[in-house]
Amino acid sequence: MNMMTPRTGGLALLAVIITVAPIGFTNTYFYDVAVNAMFNAILCIGLNLLIGYAGQISLGHAGFLALGAYGSAIMTTAYGVPPIAAMLISATVVGLIAFVVGRPILKLKGHYLAMATLGIGIIIHIVLKTESKITGGPDGMSLDNFSMLGFTIMGDKMWYWVAGVLLILSAWLALNLIDSPVGRALRAVHGSEVGAEVVGVDTSSYKVLVFVVSAVFASLVGSLFAHKNGFITPDIGSFFGSVHLVTMVVLGGMASVFGSVIGAVILTLLPQVLAAVEQYEAMILGGIMMGTMIFMPKGLLPSILASLKRREAGR
Amino acid sequence: MSAALLQYLFSGLTSGAIYALAGLGFAIIYNASHVINFAQGEFIMIGGMASATMVAAGVPMPLAIVLALLIAMAVGVILEKFAIEPARNADVVTIIIITIGASIFLRGAAQIIWDKEFHSLPAFSGENPIAVLGATLMPQSLWVVGVAGVVIVALWWFFNRTMFGKAMLATSHNRLAAQLVGVGVKKVLLASFALSALLGAVGGVVVTPITFTNYEAGIMLGLKGFSAAVLGGLGNGTGAIVGGLIVGIVEALASGYLSSAYKDAIAFIIILFVLFFMPNGLFGKRGTDRV
Amino acid sequence: MSLLQVESLSKEFGGVHAVEDLTFTVEPGHIHSIIGPNGAGKTTLFNLITGVYTPSAGRVLFQDRMVSGMKPYELAAMGMSRTFQNLQIFFNMKAIENVMVGNHLQLNRSFLPSFLRLPGVVKGDRACVETCVELMEFVGLGKYLDADAASMPYGALKRLEVARALAAKPKILLLDEPAAGLNATESREIDEVIKRVAASGITVVLVEHDMKMVMGISDHITALDYGRKLAEGTPAEVRANPDVIKAYLGAHA
Repeated sequence: MNMMTPRTGGLALLAVIITVAPIGFTNTYFYDVAVNAMFNAILCIGLNLLIGYAGQISLGHAGFLALGAYGSAIMTTAYGVPPIAAMLISATVVGLIAFVVGRPILKLKGHYLAMATLGIGIIIHIVLKTESKITGGPDGMSLDNFSMLGFTIMGDKMWYWVAGVLLILSAWLALNLIDSPVGRALRAVHGSEVGAEVVGVDTSSYKVLVFVVSAVFASLVGSLFAHKNGFITPDIGSFFGSVHLVTMVVLGGMASVFGSVIGAVILTLLPQVLAAVEQYEAMILGGIMMGTMIFMPKGLLPSILASLKRREAGR
Repeated sequence: MSAALLQYLFSGLTSGAIYALAGLGFAIIYNASHVINFAQGEFIMIGGMASATMVAAGVPMPLAIVLALLIAMAVGVILEKFAIEPARNADVVTIIIITIGASIFLRGAAQIIWDKEFHSLPAFSGENPIAVLGATLMPQSLWVVGVAGVVIVALWWFFNRTMFGKAMLATSHNRLAAQLVGVGVKKVLLASFALSALLGAVGGVVVTPITFTNYEAGIMLGLKGFSAAVLGGLGNGTGAIVGGLIVGIVEALASGYLSSAYKDAIAFIIILFVLFFMPNGLFGKRGTDRV
Repeated sequence: MSLLQVESLSKEFGGVHAVEDLTFTVEPGHIHSIIGPNGAGKTTLFNLITGVYTPSAGRVLFQDRMVSGMKPYELAAMGMSRTFQNLQIFFNMKAIENVMVGNHLQLNRSFLPSFLRLPGVVKGDRACVETCVELMEFVGLGKYLDADAASMPYGALKRLEVARALAAKPKILLLDEPAAGLNATESREIDEVIKRVAASGITVVLVEHDMKMVMGISDHITALDYGRKLAEGTPAEVRANPDVIKAYLGAHA
């Protein structure tokens, strides 16, 4: 066991779970939920780089998700752009937007940063709702399957494997980044900005960089989600959507790639599990948010790992 | 002055007064605890929903209003006691998530205790519009602005003329020093939540005859109150009031002259502008980070 | 030629002069101490020199280049590094990672190679770990190689900051009260470290209250009081200066 670092061990475990999980899937509905969970997980891995590792809050990332989704939807349906190109163009544009707004925004700290990101998310949401000539307004818009080089991703099962591979890829990339000069600089920004500055870390640029990276993750997931779902509404970009994403990150564990996966899976499954008591869903979600932050502010995975470590040390 | 402009100003002042009350609520809690309470909007919702449903059930309006305010204050105290107090020394992100969690929880509870329908209160003194220079003014708007004015004066008196109010102010300036001279910081925290809840609920009650209310009504009102507070400079009472009025009036003018669809975006556009160019708000103090 | 020149430097905070019209130079290879009572403006001076604050008036020259207004990370690239009186440790990281961040400018910092974990990055990191292990041993933190920064005692964290600053390969190192809060043994250890740093050719600017230590290791001393220069010279000269004695005894007119 000791031959496995948490990194390769975690990735291997994730791969095994993704491969084995479908044994328990009795119908395509399971696949559908699992794909959504994995999409959220990918987005949260990106968002965790920003929030958990670099210590910068964002309450607006659902806006970037929605921009990616609508970028793909509009380009593929109205202009006949191939899906892969639409996805990459959207991600580039979202990255640029994040770069432009990130510069002034990331000078802000704490509540001010929360307010600014929240504002950007809400403005994006309102634009998507209002510009109905382009976006279909609150009724949303539909789009085609994702196809590339004559190959079309169709059906929940196929999407499952695509999402699985992309999730493992994202986790691998994020783990790479964290354990690199760039990633250490990002974490140092969280630890002490001035401490990082005096040894040569250009903290403002790194904050913008990670903001852009997390926004691009969100945009790519948005494009994929749009194609998989075949239909999108502006509400995927709502304030509540952003809050939901942040909750996944903090529930699973800040500064924990695999924690993000766990948080995303739990909160994606929650509404399915609570379908019978639907009216209590909001209360339970709110309760989970408060409870986790009060009783284990580090989130599920880091708290569990820490208690395992303590138990081992106690022996 | 054109009648249309006057009309927009009336409506801007009305909603601005509500944002000002919400903004003051943010400021009071922020001063006492450095917490931004994202559940502030839910106090507005609770004030409106509780009074409206009680009146609909036959409770006399004055009694219903008093009860609604008490309910909101009780919720504020419970929130502080069980959600904020246990996480006193947590970092900003943690507290943000807790208060957002609280707001989602309260919204969920409201939808179960009451329902998802819109509710209204009868206007306090009739629905006969008053004609002013070609514009019409609803009597309830006067109530909103008047009540907000009275509340603001009362608050000023409380913070400047009563022992406990002064103690609360002292705590916001220097917690440790306040503790040393015997101010009960815990009590101050509880009081700040109760007071903020009261302010929100008062706003909720007076505005419900105009805008109606439902379980979700608190979100936007709360966020705009937050914008008002940041616009004025976080923790600055006068700033929150001015910020609230600015947000309300600009919003009304923009939706009148530019686009009503973007009405809700205005507050956030203003706030981004302010944060980019004067991050400390209109009345905020400039600080230098100490290292 | 002087390595660092401070010319008529002033800093005002809302009408209060934390540093006022201060002029002095630091010679290469020296251990140059800044002393003065609490509130004399020593930390403000450090913040001005290292770019954390911008001066209200006056300027700082480093290697004959005007550096006032430059950002701390730009100064770090020119060879200026520092520690803090109030620890600025990255508590969310391991001890050795703290030192590795110090090595930042020596590593490949492009995004894509890091993201894809290209062999060059892995190799660079491996070499970086070796350097940082050496540095930790150099400051006497050999037993904390595997520790999380958050689990280390105060005295060790002080030295961790020194190791991190050294990892940036500075020409000049500014140490803000490295011995504050340390016991006698730890104080002696840090004293040794500073001497070894200086012996390796790095110029040291030291703010310290421990007079025994200051008098023992300094080549040159500048004494401050209320943001102004009170006296300067060799330890013997400064010790004998009547103004300095008066300031330290608190006999202010």
